[in-house]
Amino acid sequence: MTDKNAVMERYYLDCRCMLLELAATLDRHDRAPAPSEGAQAADARLLLLQRSIEILAHPSARPDRTARILELLSRPVS
Amino acid sequence: MYYIQPHYHGISRTTDDYERMAQAGVVAVAEPSFWAGFDRHHPETFLDYFRQISEFEPTRAAAYGIRHFCWVAVNPKESENVALSRAVMAALPGFFAKPTVLGIGEIGLNKNTPHELTIFREQMEMAIQHRQLVLIHTPHLGDKRKGTQLTLDLLRELRADPERVWIDHVEEHTIQSVLDAGYWAGMTLYPQTKMSPCRAADMLELYGHRHLLVNSSADWGASSPFTLQQCAMEYQQRGHSQQELLEVFHNNPARFLGQNPKFDIRPIRLAS
Repeated sequence: MTDKNAVMERYYLDCRCMLLELAATLDRHDRAPAPSEGAQAADARLLLLQRSIEILAHPSARPDRTARILELLSRPVS
Repeated sequence: MYYIQPHYHGISRTTDDYERMAQAGVVAVAEPSFWAGFDRHHPETFLDYFRQISEFEPTRAAAYGIRHFCWVAVNPKESENVALSRAVMAALPGFFAKPTVLGIGEIGLNKNTPHELTIFREQMEMAIQHRQLVLIHTPHLGDKRKGTQLTLDLLRELRADPERVWIDHVEEHTIQSVLDAGYWAGMTLYPQTKMSPCRAADMLELYGHRHLLVNSSADWGASSPFTLQQCAMEYQQRGHSQQELLEVFHNNPARFLGQNPKFDIRPIRLAS
């Protein structure tokens, strides 16, 4: 299995790029004008992104961030 | 839609690029001298490289109706070798007179070392002395902020004419200082280490068109000349007009590069 240093070596720049894209998207959202009257003011998708970022920042006992985010972004089963 | 690709390394690309760029509306490219992926040992190797980009590449591009221009210089990475750099620089003025050479570039800093700064200063002084346009590379990743500040400090000290200087590879944390000082700022669509098309569109919306250039810097690494068209599409999808697209992707390069009379492609104004 690839060791921890090798993982960073191989994926750091990709992650840096994805992080900047996410930051730029949130900045773009912040700068955008409010939706026109009648449109939904608070977009639930933004909340989902924010909660996903919290999952990224807080590891659990085992490496399951991806599954936890996908659970968060899933519609209820029933 | 017409495009000028102001920073493109054709020497590293296949002829397919030229064919597809022509099909995608590119009318001209400008090729700066750069690091070939390995450190060269002999000044003559540089001189043959300058001959290749000033004599041969224009013929490859012309086969597809694309005008090819170039810049000559010792790039920032290899300027760490001061003796080699000075030997190459001694031959630069002979290239300034060639019909497609637009100026000195890309010069500047890579790791912000004292040797790089020495050669950067000497090439800037040469550019000022010979009235050449200047294209400045700024460092990648964690070295960019300091490198940009060192660049601005040097240019201020040398009293370079900001209108004739293009500082390339700006990002969100460096663009403001470059524009505030009056220089042309280049955004390079090279997503992993520089700027993505979407982020560049953000910067165009935030800072407007004036003094902004967009380029792909397509080279021997993971890159594509068509990030330019991706950025244009993103900008168009945000509601910007065809004339605005022309201003960014054709007219601004024409304005900056056209300060050298050899670059004779003029800005386009659509009939209203």
